[in-house]
Parts: sequence; C-alpha cells; structure tokens
Amino acid sequence: MIYDIIIIGAGPAGLTASIYASRYKLSNLAIGKLIGGTITYAHKVENFPGVPSISGTELGQKMAQQAKELGAEILIDGVKEIQKKEIFKVITESGKEFSARTIIITTGTERRKLNIPGEKEYLGKGVSYCTTCDAPFFKDKAVILVGGSNAACSGALHLADYAKKVFLIYRKNELRAEPVWVEEVKNNPKIEIVYATNLTEILGEGQKVVGVKLDVPYNGSELLKADGVFIEAGGIPASQLIKSLGITVNENDYIKVDERMRTNIEGIFAAGDVTTGCLVLSQAITASAHGAVASNSVFEYLKSKEK
Amino acid sequence: MEIIFTDQNFEAEVLKNDLPVLVDFFAIWCGPCQMMAPAIEELSKQLDGKIKVGKLNVDENPICAQKYGIMSIPTLILFKDGQVNKTLFGFKNKDEILKEIQS
Repeated sequence: MIYDIIIIGAGPAGLTASIYASRYKLSNLAIGKLIGGTITYAHKVENFPGVPSISGTELGQKMAQQAKELGAEILIDGVKEIQKKEIFKVITESGKEFSARTIIITTGTERRKLNIPGEKEYLGKGVSYCTTCDAPFFKDKAVILVGGSNAACSGALHLADYAKKVFLIYRKNELRAEPVWVEEVKNNPKIEIVYATNLTEILGEGQKVVGVKLDVPYNGSELLKADGVFIEAGGIPASQLIKSLGITVNENDYIKVDERMRTNIEGIFAAGDVTTGCLVLSQAITASAHGAVASNSVFEYLKSKEK
Repeated sequence: MEIIFTDQNFEAEVLKNDLPVLVDFFAIWCGPCQMMAPAIEELSKQLDGKIKVGKLNVDENPICAQKYGIMSIPTLILFKDGQVNKTLFGFKNKDEILKEIQS
C-alpha cells in the first residue's frame, strides 16, 4: 500500500497532522518512538484550550486515541532512513518498509544535555531529565533544577511538592517562563532561584549524587550540596535523519519551513518543535497548529498533482 | 507471560530464577513508564523461555526499590544468577531494549 502521508513523529504536531489528514480522507501512518512526544514529560498542562488541567501523558494519549479513531495507523518505532524516488520510501529501525506520496516530519527535539563531568555517570543515580517521573524519589531531600523555561518552572514546583529544598539554577538573569509560572515559583518558600550561574560538574560518591560545582560561587561557595540534579535545559532538534535528503536547516539544525510548513524538498513537509516555525514558541498548541497546517498543505499539494 | 514482581516474591522469582530476569521498575504516576508498558509486555512474550520479563511497582514495593537504589524511572535491570547484569535508565522502545540486553 502507498500511504498518502507518512508522519514521522507522534507528538502533538504529528498526531494533529494525522487527525487533520484523516478528515481530509488522506491515508496516513504515524511512526514515533514515544507516543505523545515531549508533552509526555509535562506533569501538568494548563494552557491547552478546552482542557483546563491535564497531565502531559494523558493529553498525548487522548490525541493518539482521537487520531486512531479517525483512522490513523500508529506505529511505535524509529525511522532510520527516508528515500526519495517517484514516491517516498521509509525504513524503520526495526527494518519495516513503507511507501508514501508525501512525508510530514514532526520528530521534535531531544533533551539538551549539559555535557559536564558526572552527568552521564550519575544518570539514574540522582541525575534526571524527568521531574514527573522522579520527583517522588526525593522526598525531604535537597535538589537542583537547571533551566528557566516553562518546563523548568513547572518541574521545580512539582519537585517542591516532595523535596525540602529546590535550587532553580538558570544561566540568565531572568527566567524565561510564562509570568504565571514565574510568580508561582517565586512565591514557593521551598524554591530558591540562583541566577546567572552554570553547573560545571556533578559530584557523587559512586552510588549517588552529593552535589554540584558552580561557575559562580553561591553563598560564598562553588560547591552546592544536593541529592538530585534535574536537567530541563531545553531541546535540540531531532533532525539528523533528514540531513542526507538535503533538507535545508538553520544554523542550529532546525528544519526551515515556510508558512505552509513546506520544506525545500517537494513532497516533504515538517511541523512542530523540529522546525523553525516553533522557535518563537515551542508549545503543544503551536506544534498542533502547525501539524494541522502541514496536513492542509499536503491535501492541497496532492490535489494539485492530480490535475 | 509478564510477571508482577513484589517485595515478597522477588527472591524466588528474580534472584533464584534459573533464567535471566528483566525487571521493569515503574510507577503509575510516570508517563514514560506507561508509554513503555506495551513494549515490556511484547518482550515478555517474545523472550518467553529465554528471559523472564516482568514489572515491579516501586510505590508498592519500597524494599526492592530501595535495595537497588532506584532514583529514576523507568529503570530496567537485567538480573543473571541473582546479580545485577545490566541497568538501563529512561524510556526506550522495544528494539532499543532488545539490543541492549542482548549485547
């Protein structure tokens, strides 16, 4: 079978693209490693219209459910290669092959690492990239959260529900999260914000994290004791896959798209966090919106090809 | 078949098992754990007779969670002859898990 669209990625952008595609009667297959994508890591989403408060995982599952009910096929797998011939051929990491007339890339971002000593060594032993998963393990402990985004602030608040102390360490002088989050963080007696500071090393005693080294002394010391280090330092675009296709990316490897979510390659569209389109605001709602635009563009494109 | 491990059955089912045992340390509050659950279930069928596969709820089984120093979930630990053979942290899909535990 030749699909009208293969969507690569199954976060808000990809799942919304699928929902719209199905309603345009376009056959579609979404292939993603993590159904729900990055939003899965959000413990609470309170800015998605129509859904006053929901966990990120549940929001992702609801999107996937809706996509499936409308006729999408969803495959949990990674994509290894896209080949462009008359039609597109997609090869997955588990060795499956699929064909499609068009491609929408919605691979999102991978978590940015700090790339400092101790980060890799103490992964799972105090170093974590998921506050929703791991906050409960730090009951009455002191923890550090690195970052200043919405995800960082909501993560710090979630940590403060368990930990006795949360140091929110950010490299800039002002948090970049929405004012609602910033206000909540500032009003939380357990959270202390440390501005204009970076971690240079994560220290441990073999089995677990005991603290960090800072580039700027805090309270007179470069060493800060903590039992956990949570990293919410944003993402880097997962755009490795498409490089061999010659898709144009910006200087930071985000896929360049126009207002119709077209890439420079005919038949390949892109949406969500992996594109330049979401650089202004990387949120589930913007990713979804661009996913919808991408499917509309595919619809128009395929119609124009039939003429 | 996927097994449910607990503080009570851990010694008999995991440590004294003749087969290698893969334990998925999880909790219901953890989104990535939920998303990984289908892969674990598939692996339990696929590896039947070779590796026992099951899961342990860290909330309900604090003794095991503490003994193995679980501070991050999902964590997968492969036990061989009662010893920790391999530990994998974070969300992974089925093929990634297979590749890691077979290497």
